[in-house]
Amino acid sequence: MTTGRGTKVALSIFAVIAFLFVYIPLAVVLINSFNAGETLSWPPQGFSVRWWEAAVSNEGVREALVTSVVLGICATAVALVLGTLAALALGRYNFFGRDSVSLLIILPIALPGIVTGIALNNVFTTFLGGLTFFTLIVAHSTFCIVVVYNNALARVRRLGGNVEEASADLGARGWQTFVHVTFPLMRSALAAGALLAFGLSFDEIIVTTFTAGPGITTLPIWIYQNLFRPNQAPIVNVVAAFLVIVSILPIYIVQRFSSADERGGGVM
Amino acid sequence: MLAPFSGVLRTVSERGHVSTAIRLTNLRKEFGDVVAVDSVDLDVADGEFLTLLGPSGSGKTTVLRMIAGFEQPTSGTIELAGVDVTQVPPYSRDVNTVFQDYALFPHMDVLSNVEYGLKVKKVSKAERRQRAEEALAAVRLEDYGARKPSQLSGGQRQRVALARALVNRPRVLLLDEPLGALDLKLREQMQVELKELQRAVGITFVFVTHDQEEALTMSDRIAVFDAGRIAQIGTPVEIYEHPKTPFVAGFVGVSNLLEAGVAASLLGREGLWSVRPEKIRVLLGTASPEGSERAAAGVIREVVYVGMSTRFIVDLDAGATLIAVQQNSHATSSELGAMRGQRVTLMWNTEHEIPVG
Repeated sequence: MTTGRGTKVALSIFAVIAFLFVYIPLAVVLINSFNAGETLSWPPQGFSVRWWEAAVSNEGVREALVTSVVLGICATAVALVLGTLAALALGRYNFFGRDSVSLLIILPIALPGIVTGIALNNVFTTFLGGLTFFTLIVAHSTFCIVVVYNNALARVRRLGGNVEEASADLGARGWQTFVHVTFPLMRSALAAGALLAFGLSFDEIIVTTFTAGPGITTLPIWIYQNLFRPNQAPIVNVVAAFLVIVSILPIYIVQRFSSADERGGGVM
Repeated sequence: MLAPFSGVLRTVSERGHVSTAIRLTNLRKEFGDVVAVDSVDLDVADGEFLTLLGPSGSGKTTVLRMIAGFEQPTSGTIELAGVDVTQVPPYSRDVNTVFQDYALFPHMDVLSNVEYGLKVKKVSKAERRQRAEEALAAVRLEDYGARKPSQLSGGQRQRVALARALVNRPRVLLLDEPLGALDLKLREQMQVELKELQRAVGITFVFVTHDQEEALTMSDRIAVFDAGRIAQIGTPVEIYEHPKTPFVAGFVGVSNLLEAGVAASLLGREGLWSVRPEKIRVLLGTASPEGSERAAAGVIREVVYVGMSTRFIVDLDAGATLIAVQQNSHATSSELGAMRGQRVTLMWNTEHEIPVG
C-alpha cells in the first residue's frame, strides 16, 4: 500500500502526540522522584536521591515490596505448572468440550477485577474460613495462569506434534520426550509467560484488596493507602517510579525473547 | 557416492534371515466417519524397497503412520518380523521414520540430533558419538556436526534426518515423502543416493510418495493406493505395463484409455484398453498398418512442446482422444507448431494394447 505525503505527515504527528500523552506523565514521575524539593513542586528544585533513600529506609515500603515479590513468585509458579499442563492438553489433544475449557481458562482475565475479587472473597470467607496470604496467591493465580497458558499454547501449536513424534520414533518414552524435546522448545515461551504473569501480579490492586488477609500489604496497596498523605507523597512517587522500571524490564525481556525466537526457531 | 555403512551392514547380517519384515493384515483406519484405510493386506520382504504410491488422501501416509505406531488401526494387525506390534507404542518398535518435513530438533546441533535415538536408549557416550559420526559420514555430513538444523540447506537437513534414523540400525526405515520439499535437481540426485544407500545397508525401506516417476525409478515393488485401498501391487514394470484398474493406468503414466465402444470398433476387442503414449507413432496424412501394427486416423488438437519430447493430443475419428509422445530427435518447435489441426494416423504395435480392469 502506498500512502500520500500529506497522510504520512498527519499520521506521524498523531503518533507522536499519542506517544507523548502516554510517556510524559511517566517521565514526570521518574524525574520527580529525584526532586530535591520538600513538596514535589514543578519545576524540580534540583537533583537529589533523598526520597529514594527515604523510600528504601521506609519499613512499610520494604515490607510491601517483599510481600509483592513473594506473592508474584508464588502465583507465577502455580500459573507455570497449571498453565503449561493446560496448554499441552488443549494444544495436543482433541476432546469433547475443548473450546469451552479453553474459554473457561481465559475468562478470568476478561472478567472485571472487581467481580473476580468479590466472587473469590465470598468463597474464601464462606468456605475457607477467611482471607490469608494463601487465598491471595490463589486469587492472583487465576489471572496469571491465563498469560502463561496463552504463551504456552501458541508455542505448542507452532511446534506441532512432529518433533515429539520424531522423538518417540527414535525410542524416547513420554517423559524423555518432555525433558529432551518439548520442554526445551517451550522454555522461552514459558519464561515470557512467567515474566508477564509476575508483572500482572506485581501491580494488581483490585482483586488484591478483596482477597488479601488482614495486615497483608502489597506494594500497590501501600501506594493506595499512602497516596493522599501529604508527607508521604514524595515516597509514593519514588515507589511509582520504581514500579515503572520494574514493569518495563519484563516487557523488554519478553520482546527480546520473541525476536530471538523468530531468528532462531524457538531456542532460548 | 555414499560411504559404506559398515555398522548397519554388520547388524543386519547378525540378525540372520527373516523373510517378512512387515505384514499388514486386513488393516483398517477410520477418522470419525471417514474411512482412511480399508482392507489393506501387505507383506514386505526383508531388504525390500517398497513404495506406497497414491494421490493425497489415498491413505498411504496413514498406513505408514500405523506401521510407525503414531496411529492405532481401527481393526487389523501389524506384524514386524513376525511379531504382532499392533498395540506396541512407537518407542518400542524396531522401525524409524524419516519425516516429510524432517522434524529435526531445532534446539540441538546436528550431532546431538543424530545421537538422540542412542541417548534415550542409554547407549554409552563414547559408542553413540562414534556411531553418530559414522552415520554422518555415510551421508557426507561429517563436518556439519556442530551446526544447528536452521543453518543447513533442505538437502542437508534431509540427510541429517536419514542419518538420525539409520544410526539406530532399525529393521525397517519408513520414509514419508522425504524428497517432496526438495527442488527437482536435488530430488533426482537424492533418489539415486537413497537407492544406493538402501542397497548398501540392506534395510527394508517403505517409501511414501505421490510422484509416480519417483516410485518407478526407486522401488522393488509398488503398492498403488486408491481411496484407502491397495489398487495394485507389483514391480514397476508390472504396474506400468499391466495396470489392473483404470485408476492405476491413469495415475502411473498417462492413461490413454479406450472406452468399451471405441475399443470394440478400433481394436475389435471387448472391455477397456489402454496404449501408453510413448508406444504410439504419429504419421502425417494417411498410412496403412503393416504386420502386427494398428492404425487409427484422427486430427491433432494440441501440440505441447516439453523440451526433450513433444506431446500430441489427437482426437480420433473413432471417438477417443489419445496422447502420443515423440522424441524431439529431428523436429523443431516451429515445425511442431504447424502440425496443430492436421490429419494424422496414429500407429502402434498391437502387443502394446493393454487390457485395463
